[in-house]
Amino acid sequence: MEAKERSCDKASQEMIELMAKAGRENAWDRLEAQSPQCGFGKQGICCRICSMGPCRITKKAPLGICGADADTIAARNLVRMIAGGAAAHSDHGRDVAHTLKMAAESDSCDYTIKDGLKLMEVAARYGIKIEGRETNEIAKDLAETMLSEFGKHEGTLISAAAYPPPARQKVWEEFGVTPRAIDREIVEIMHRTHMGVGSDYKNLMKQGIRACLADGWGGSLIATEVSDILFGSPWPIRFGTNLGVLDSEQVNIIVHGHEPTLSDIIVAVSQEPEMIKAAKDKGAKGINLSGICCTANEILMRHGIPVAGNFLQQELALMTGAVEVMLVDVQCIMPALGSLADCFHTKLITTSPKCKIAGAQHIEFHEDRAIETAREIVKMAIDNFGNRKGACHIPGVSERGIAGFNTENIFHHLGGRFRASYRPLNDNVINGRIRGAAGVVGCNNPKQVHDYGHLAMIKELIKNDVLVVSTGCSAIAAGKAGLMRPEAAAKYCGPGLAEVCEAVGIPPVLHVGSCVDNSRILTILSNVVAEGGLGEDISELPVAGAAPEWMSEKAVSIGMYFVASGVYTVIAEPLPVLGAPNLTRYLTDEMEKDVGGKWAFEADPVKAAHLMIEHIESKRDALGINKARERKLYDMEDRRALAVE
Amino acid sequence: MSKIIASAAIRGAYKIAEQAEEILNRAIKEKGNDCPVEFPNTGYFMPIIYSMTGREVRTLADFEEVLKDVKDLLPPHVDDDLWVPYLGHALDAGMATLFAEEVIEGCKYLIGPNPVDGIWLGAADDIILRERGIQFVDGTAPGFAAVVGSAPDVETAVTIARKLQERFLYVFMCGHYNGTTFSEQLVEGGVQLGWETRLVPFGREITAAIYSLGFASRAALSFGGVQAGDFRRNLLYNKNRIFAFVMPLGEVTDEWYATAAGAINYGFPVIADSDIPQILPTGVCTYEHVVSNIPHDQIVEKSIEVRGLKIKITKIDIPVSVSPAFEGERIRKEEMHCEFGGQRTPAFEWVRTREINEIEDGKVVVKGPDVDTLKAGGKLPLGILIEVAGRKMQPDFEPVLERQVHTFLNEAQGLWHMGQRDINWVRISNGAAKAGFKLEHIGKLLHAKYHDEYSSIIDKVQVTLCTDEKEVLKLREQAQAVYAERDARLEGMQDEDVETYYSCTLCQSFAPNHVCVVSPERPGLCGAYSWLDCRAAHEITPSGPNQPINKGACIEPKIGQWERVNEFVQRASGGNIPKMSQYSMITDPMTSCGCFECIAAILPMTGGIMIVNREYAEMTPCGMKFSTLAGTVGGGNQTPGFIGHSKHYINSKKFIAAEGGIRRIVWMPTMLKDDIKDTFIKRAEDLGLGGEEFLKKISDETTATTEEEVLEFITKAEHPAMALEPMF
Repeated sequence: MEAKERSCDKASQEMIELMAKAGRENAWDRLEAQSPQCGFGKQGICCRICSMGPCRITKKAPLGICGADADTIAARNLVRMIAGGAAAHSDHGRDVAHTLKMAAESDSCDYTIKDGLKLMEVAARYGIKIEGRETNEIAKDLAETMLSEFGKHEGTLISAAAYPPPARQKVWEEFGVTPRAIDREIVEIMHRTHMGVGSDYKNLMKQGIRACLADGWGGSLIATEVSDILFGSPWPIRFGTNLGVLDSEQVNIIVHGHEPTLSDIIVAVSQEPEMIKAAKDKGAKGINLSGICCTANEILMRHGIPVAGNFLQQELALMTGAVEVMLVDVQCIMPALGSLADCFHTKLITTSPKCKIAGAQHIEFHEDRAIETAREIVKMAIDNFGNRKGACHIPGVSERGIAGFNTENIFHHLGGRFRASYRPLNDNVINGRIRGAAGVVGCNNPKQVHDYGHLAMIKELIKNDVLVVSTGCSAIAAGKAGLMRPEAAAKYCGPGLAEVCEAVGIPPVLHVGSCVDNSRILTILSNVVAEGGLGEDISELPVAGAAPEWMSEKAVSIGMYFVASGVYTVIAEPLPVLGAPNLTRYLTDEMEKDVGGKWAFEADPVKAAHLMIEHIESKRDALGINKARERKLYDMEDRRALAVE
Repeated sequence: MSKIIASAAIRGAYKIAEQAEEILNRAIKEKGNDCPVEFPNTGYFMPIIYSMTGREVRTLADFEEVLKDVKDLLPPHVDDDLWVPYLGHALDAGMATLFAEEVIEGCKYLIGPNPVDGIWLGAADDIILRERGIQFVDGTAPGFAAVVGSAPDVETAVTIARKLQERFLYVFMCGHYNGTTFSEQLVEGGVQLGWETRLVPFGREITAAIYSLGFASRAALSFGGVQAGDFRRNLLYNKNRIFAFVMPLGEVTDEWYATAAGAINYGFPVIADSDIPQILPTGVCTYEHVVSNIPHDQIVEKSIEVRGLKIKITKIDIPVSVSPAFEGERIRKEEMHCEFGGQRTPAFEWVRTREINEIEDGKVVVKGPDVDTLKAGGKLPLGILIEVAGRKMQPDFEPVLERQVHTFLNEAQGLWHMGQRDINWVRISNGAAKAGFKLEHIGKLLHAKYHDEYSSIIDKVQVTLCTDEKEVLKLREQAQAVYAERDARLEGMQDEDVETYYSCTLCQSFAPNHVCVVSPERPGLCGAYSWLDCRAAHEITPSGPNQPINKGACIEPKIGQWERVNEFVQRASGGNIPKMSQYSMITDPMTSCGCFECIAAILPMTGGIMIVNREYAEMTPCGMKFSTLAGTVGGGNQTPGFIGHSKHYINSKKFIAAEGGIRRIVWMPTMLKDDIKDTFIKRAEDLGLGGEEFLKKISDETTATTEEEVLEFITKAEHPAMALEPMF
């Protein structure tokens, strides 16, 4: 297969070709080797839960040995995927909450509270007393309260009552899916899907919904909020992206994975004068830190650290031969990196006790000696600079853009310090300049042409005046294609969206962070509802979600928490349920009655964009904002009726 | 291209900040940093800084702190490519500009050039704020146009100004372009400037824009019950109540952009005649933010549309324009064509109720010689008899309607009116006479205005204008008999005589908990609404802010509480005020909005109270100026020991009757004493306190400025309050 059919990204094409020439294997090659893939697995109708099986559903054998039908089996498999995804996000949240606790408890900790204001806001939401108390006391209470959210035995999640619009909470309450404790919902999935427990696919899905809500409005939200408190809230910042950000004349360190805890320290340590001097002593011009996947997004959002690439570029980055150290934490790290790194001087370093990879060196990271570990790793990279094997091959392709948007700073962009507000956003949705908004998020998947799904969909959306917010590998794709340049508004958008972007000075695609930061999209939507004029619930908003190149279990959890929050969500690769007709119908249709949102599967990104646009227009119709309206002129009586709050 | 605007506004902000730093350094060098700095006669310090940050600027040293705020607000410049969002930054830069401009104008008061110079008025004091600001709240003035720069020629300037006036708007002017200013152009065009005509020349420089925006901020503080430092409410109050806009005429400089960005924070959009970029998406303002390239003959209409303002203009078939903006126009002797009344000739005005078939609607009868028979400077007697009929008309409404003659006549350009009843005085200007204004036009004007404003109670209006002296004298005698009868009826009217009081919740738009309960003996605290007015207003607008309250059983006569009144107040205050006394300032006193003419405050050491009127700007014995006291009393809260009230109420038999009435008054400013003197003396005599003698026992600013001095004065004077029980 030609490189162009594998990726639409120029830098990636160049490296794919190079790998082919060098006879090195990558994910696309392994996909070919795996093809054709198992049809039963794809359709979700293979059950390996007990040792009576494995069973697979066919016309001839429509029931498993225990009697489970296709819907039961597919539902069990699907909610187990949710459990995996929710567990990954939430464990991340737990770890940062734990770091917050350490920071609050010890003055000598390498971590401190960087955003006191956000701490107060979040603490207030969690019902923690603020007045007259020291920052550290509040932080400690907040951390402990959050940590107890994971395993508490009574009540429901504090954040599920503190963040979403009241109407949304009511929907969950009435449907019986208000999340209780984060770990509990995941454990309950594992229990319910054990052999011989539940077989009603709808009841199984209900627990999947509850668990994913505990992720989006719980574990992920904690990860986002605490990261802002500990590492600072993002603020619009310039960045460079794609493999061209690697520099053959500098010591290249790539951080990869998902957690900001170590990488945030690496950012500081790599710029220490003694480190830079050491690098220069080794003949390098300096230390060039960059990232891949969501670890990259975390330090990009807060420090403007360049992004070398997204998920499918991890192997390509190593292939440049210019990487001294690739430092990985957790999630989306291909085991293949181990053997590929062996071909170069590159040191692959695993740091989490949860993630050890064959062929990688393990330097375990502990928050209580963060700086020490970071220095050790950076030094290792410097020392490795001289060990490069032959010439580097870095594609001369990179792009720049603006990242660093979050739920809170949107207020400022739209009204400054004195008129901080979401009003201009709501107003321009109501007046139709912006038709609506879409969250385009998610991974890469070699089954789609790399980045093409994201880019084709995003371009189609913004052309039709739909504002896009993006996270994760999708955001990186958009950044690489120049869609995060503010100038892109004039080039790619419809006239209405272009005008609004121009008025505010924003790009048409807003980077709101890593994949746990999809929780930001939830809180942004809550703010839009709270601002007024667009209904009472997220499900009334003219918005849609998409993951055009999804592949991970986390994406299933994210997709499901968006759907369960009332957002219509389109994905390219169908969920593995197509072998279960009732379950498929439930997910893509009937579910809307229960939670206000539903799934759609569409492989063509442009067609998918139009499904989203159609949905947005239908919501606009329902809100009555699609009718041409006369300009209201106010006399004194009308003015008196206006609120001044 | 918003980017161009944001870039220019941010550049302009830096320039203005630099100017501020420069003038402040000079001022400190000349005067020292402990030198007091203020705008004259205001309790609101530097009003924009005060309202936005709560900072009370008292000395030049405080300005140094302000400049730190300014620096903190100044955003980075906008980059040519890969810019970060600039809308919020530009708005912050705008606010920084306004702070810096207040520093500049404040310093100018100390080291010159004096902002008050020639036609330039500089800062408006609190008396003007009281008089004029209230119009923005009650709707008499929908807002203001902040005109910056100058029109291409005098004629265009005059046309724009007249059009704005005709739409009841105030015109606040600053800045210059092409060597001249809009204000100077109006003067050249023979237009009378000043607060009275709503054409206010603040200053020649763009920095004088802060007098407009400062006025807006103060209106929110004073009438909106907004606390200093509550920037958000202040700005939203302005966005949703005061429909102002900026009209830059001429080339828009960086400094103008910066100042306009400040105005956009208030929700005031910019409508320019020049070809500058536009910002059309909405959100901070009600509609567009910047609209440009508007021809001069459309700019007023366009501005009103962009601001989202609805103004009802009733076209009246008379040869001059009619608008409240002309209300304050004076007609000096040399500009006068003729006059009537004013102790020079016999005159009167009289509204009389007729049966529906007795009069003909729209009929105007002129008896005797008309205006055109007179040479310039001439005079005639004048009787204005307004006969009205309507199914809902009642004789009690006659004085309410009659009082409107003053307003209606003054609103016509070139017509001037003073006084009332048989002491009225009318002048017609040369300009109006030249335009063909005759007596019948007074009739047409009154007919149109009465129908316009009182259509729900009046069906027919017939006006007779009589200049024949014999006839005038004859009719005046009849009118005088009616005046006397009315006075007797009103004077005798007591709270006990009526079962129904009226509410006034007109001010709930800014003081949501506030409910005025108006009874015959306690008029509304703004002085504008008597019990009769409220009754008429209820007839006119049955669902309006004046609702009848059947007072129900009396709970406690001394403090004046009734079951149904309490029920009503509780409901109308959104459950916040469960009980309210009509006659006590200690037990459950009435709440205050912000419009009160006076504040009564206890002086605990003296056992009495002081009363200060809004016009009095100096310190009072309670240690607070009026404006500070107003902040404590207003906003719809019950504040035992403090009430806001009208001047008229002081002479009411029910004035704090629970606490002993006027016996308690131990201090009033001389201007207030003079104002209420005649009736007050009579009232004191009735109470056996010894008329004028009692007034002398009350201290004023000439005899006491502190509570101790008041005590000393009243002790010497043997003031009756000394013998009363303590107030609480």
